[in-house]
Amino acid sequence: MSAYALFKKDLASELRMRYAINSLIMFIVVTISVILFSIGNERISDFLSGGLFWVVIFFSAMSGLSRAFVSEEERGTTLTLQLIASPTTIFSGKLFFNLILVFAMNIVVALLYSALFDSFVLKNLPLFIYAFVLGNIGIAIASTLIASIIAKASSKGTLYPVLSFPILLPLMLTLIDLTKQAMDGATFESSYVELAVLGCYDVVMIAASYLLFDFIWKD
Amino acid sequence: MSSFELHAESISKVFGRRLIFKDVDFSCKGNGIYGISGPNGSGKSTFLKIITGIISPTKGKVTHIFDGKEVDSDHLHKYLGFVAPYVILYDEFSAVENIHFFSKIRGINFTQEKLDFLFQHFGIFDRKNDLVKGYSSGMKQRLKFIFALIHSPKILFFDEPTSNLDNAGKERVYQTIEEEAKNNIVIIASNEDNDLALCTTVLELKNYKIERLQD
Repeated sequence: MSAYALFKKDLASELRMRYAINSLIMFIVVTISVILFSIGNERISDFLSGGLFWVVIFFSAMSGLSRAFVSEEERGTTLTLQLIASPTTIFSGKLFFNLILVFAMNIVVALLYSALFDSFVLKNLPLFIYAFVLGNIGIAIASTLIASIIAKASSKGTLYPVLSFPILLPLMLTLIDLTKQAMDGATFESSYVELAVLGCYDVVMIAASYLLFDFIWKD
Repeated sequence: MSSFELHAESISKVFGRRLIFKDVDFSCKGNGIYGISGPNGSGKSTFLKIITGIISPTKGKVTHIFDGKEVDSDHLHKYLGFVAPYVILYDEFSAVENIHFFSKIRGINFTQEKLDFLFQHFGIFDRKNDLVKGYSSGMKQRLKFIFALIHSPKILFFDEPTSNLDNAGKERVYQTIEEEAKNNIVIIASNEDNDLALCTTVLELKNYKIERLQD
C-alpha cells in the first residue's frame, strides 16, 4: 500500500506538472515523423520496420523513464523519501509508475506505427502482444534501476542511454526477433525460446533490482 | 515515557579523503533533549544523518531499539521525525496534500483533528490548502514540523530547528520541543544559544571528536 501511495503521488505530480508526458509525446511524434520523412515513398522491409519500431521505443524510454528518480534528485526530495519509506517501497512505487508510463507510451507508439507504416503488419497478433507485454515489463524494470543509479551523477542525460544500452540490448534483440516472427505469422511453439528468454530476463532483472536497490538508494 | 533507545558506537565518517569525525559514541533513551553543537563544518548534520540511518558511517554501528527489540532500518521511518533546512517538500502540492501523501507512503494514519491541531499550532491553518511553492521559507519550516510530528514519532531530530522562523515561530518550536521531550527523545543540532538552552545534555563536535559540555 505504501508503494501504491508513492505511485499515486508520482502520478498526481506528473498530471500537475506534465513534464514527462509532454516530452514523451513530442519525442514520439517527432521521431516517427522523421522516420516517415526519411523513408518518403519507399517501402521498407518487414524486418526493418519491426526493428525501427523497437528503436523508437528504446529512445522514447531513454527520454522519459529517468524522470522517476532524476526529478527527486533535482528537487532535493530524495532525502524526504528516505525519511518516510524503506528502499523496497521506494523502488516498487517508482517501478509501478514507470510500468504505467512505458505501457501508455508504447501503446501510442504501436498504434501510430500500425497506422503510418504499411509494412508493419502483424500476422500473429497474440504473439506480438505477449512479446510487447513482457518486453515493456523488462524495459520498465531495467530503466527504473538505471535511473536510480544515474540520478546522482552529473551528466545524467548522457549517462542514462550509455548505461542502459548494454543492459537493454539482449531484451531489444529478442523483441526485434519476436516482432519479425509475429509479422511472419510464426506460431507460439516456434517462438518458445525467445518468449522464455523474455520471461527469464524479466525475472532476473526484477530480482537483481530489489537486491541491489538498497545499496544504490542509501549513501 | 517512550521506550526508545539509540546507541551510536565508534562512529567515524570520511568523505573522500576528508575526515569528519572519528570514534564518536552517543547514546540516549526514553526521553530528554540532547543538543549537538560544534563549529561550522564539524559534522553536526552529517552525524544526525548517520544516526537517523540516512547515510552510512564509514566505521561504527548505530542501533535503534524500541520496546527491547532492535528496529530494522526498513521500519525506522515510523519511529523518527526529522526537521532540517535540507528536507524539501513537494512544491506542486498543497501543505495538506503533502502531509496526506507522506503519511500514506509512511503507512500511518492520523485523525483530521490532529492534523488541524498541528496546522493551528504552527500558525499556517489558513494557508493549509495553498500550494507549497507559494509559501515563504518560514512557512515551509513550520510545515516541516507538521511533517515530522504527524505520525507521533518516538525520537525527533531537529537540525537548525529555528532557521527562517520569526519570534512567534521560535516560541512555538520551543513549546513543541519541551512538550515532546516529556515522553520522547529530542535531538537538536544547532549553534543557537537559545536552541541549546533547552537541552538537558549538550555535546560538542570538535576536532573530529565529541565531548560532553553540559549535563
